[in-house]
Amino acid sequence: MSMNLEREKAVLPPSQMTDTKRVSIGKVLFGATIISMLTALYFIFIFANEEKTMRAAQKIFYYHVSSAWLAFLAFFVTFFFSILFLIKRKRIYDTYAYVSAEIGVVFTIIVLTTGPIWARSAWNTWWVWEPRLITTLILFFIYIAYIMIRQMDGVWDKKARLAAVFGIIGFADVPIVFFAIRWWQTKFHPIVFGDGPSQKGGGIEDTMLVALLVTITAFTILYSYLLHKGVSFEKMKITVEQYKERLRESLDK
Amino acid sequence: MNLFRTAFLLAQKDLYSELKTKQILVTQIIFAGLVIVVFSFAFDPANNTTKAVIPGIIWVIIVFSGILGLNRSFISEQRNDTMQGLLVAPMEAASIYLGKFLANFAMILVVEIVSVPFLFLLFDFKFLGSFPYFLLVIFLGSFGFIAIGTFLAALAANSKSSEMLLPLLLFPITTPILIGVVQATKIILTNMDQFSSALAWIQLVTAYDVIFFVVCFLLIDYVLEV
Repeated sequence: MSMNLEREKAVLPPSQMTDTKRVSIGKVLFGATIISMLTALYFIFIFANEEKTMRAAQKIFYYHVSSAWLAFLAFFVTFFFSILFLIKRKRIYDTYAYVSAEIGVVFTIIVLTTGPIWARSAWNTWWVWEPRLITTLILFFIYIAYIMIRQMDGVWDKKARLAAVFGIIGFADVPIVFFAIRWWQTKFHPIVFGDGPSQKGGGIEDTMLVALLVTITAFTILYSYLLHKGVSFEKMKITVEQYKERLRESLDK
Repeated sequence: MNLFRTAFLLAQKDLYSELKTKQILVTQIIFAGLVIVVFSFAFDPANNTTKAVIPGIIWVIIVFSGILGLNRSFISEQRNDTMQGLLVAPMEAASIYLGKFLANFAMILVVEIVSVPFLFLLFDFKFLGSFPYFLLVIFLGSFGFIAIGTFLAALAANSKSSEMLLPLLLFPITTPILIGVVQATKIILTNMDQFSSALAWIQLVTAYDVIFFVVCFLLIDYVLEV
């Protein structure tokens, strides 16, 4: 592995970056996030009807589902950019995959935190060993492992390659989350969209559906803001690293 | 054809060197025995309810002793600096994977043949279910576990702390298979009335085996790049 070491120490090619234009995108996304979040709050607490049995505790549902959606979206983006990286081998795709996985892990934690809080008031228990809960937990562990691959030592392109491979393999777990609900015939999670087979009281009231969709939109905008911010941070880190390498190079001379 | 021939050669090489040193296999079998002993402390073998945890114990043994072997399979190549040799040899990365898979699979089968009867013996377990199906479940489960395990071992071998990394990568990815296999084993060993659902689990596990084996085959080229 001496070759890898040499490559690790080697001076990286200078980066070409045009940051002036991207700053404005970030600001636009930031503004859009704030506005859409406030709108979502209005829809959740004022527009949507209160649920009959669970009362106000049900309001957490909007954030729970939206976080789950965002996590899945983030992991899909990781999967997508992992494939793209393996084909094109450009560092920017790898950065997107990494940042997206990080955001996904954060929002999976939010799902796994809001879930028990809601479950305590709805099912009167913190945690149930039920397929979808387990698979979400496993999804969380998979992407923790993904991040651990990123923390490995070595040159970036090796880490990026291995992480991309794991990102693809790990995403194969996501369909189970949706598959599990039909496989085990769960009785806890109602199938919200469409007609659930053998599900009584499934479906969702119109006002709640509107509020949910608004929240999901808000979270999607939040995701694109976080992704954009995260990628620009990563780029800064890479640039600083390159400057350090160049400085070290000039000091050695 | 060349793919399989080189794979068999590689598996032969691994098994032959294992036969000479007997390092991994002996460790795996002793470890399996120790797991059984630990379980006998945790669950009283004299108690009748212990029968219910037998299917789980079988898979805990296979998984834990499997991990020991998987950790070694690529590290031994790196320690002897033969990984580069394998990579520049006139064969595809897929046959390295296939060869390592065959060697690991053969070893875990030996461990199972020794440890599972030992477990039944020590826990005084009366076998009631269908024996061919039990063998089928064990075979399918170990196949899937070792297929993904070999792939992830190749991946983790790049890290300096691969022994610690591999279980973290392997367990979450293999959970769906393990759930299915444990359920199927439970039904086959204790309750043959629900055999249709055991068949469904077997189908699930088979589907997983096929999917992940193909995916690993396609992606191994990227893992074994220099």
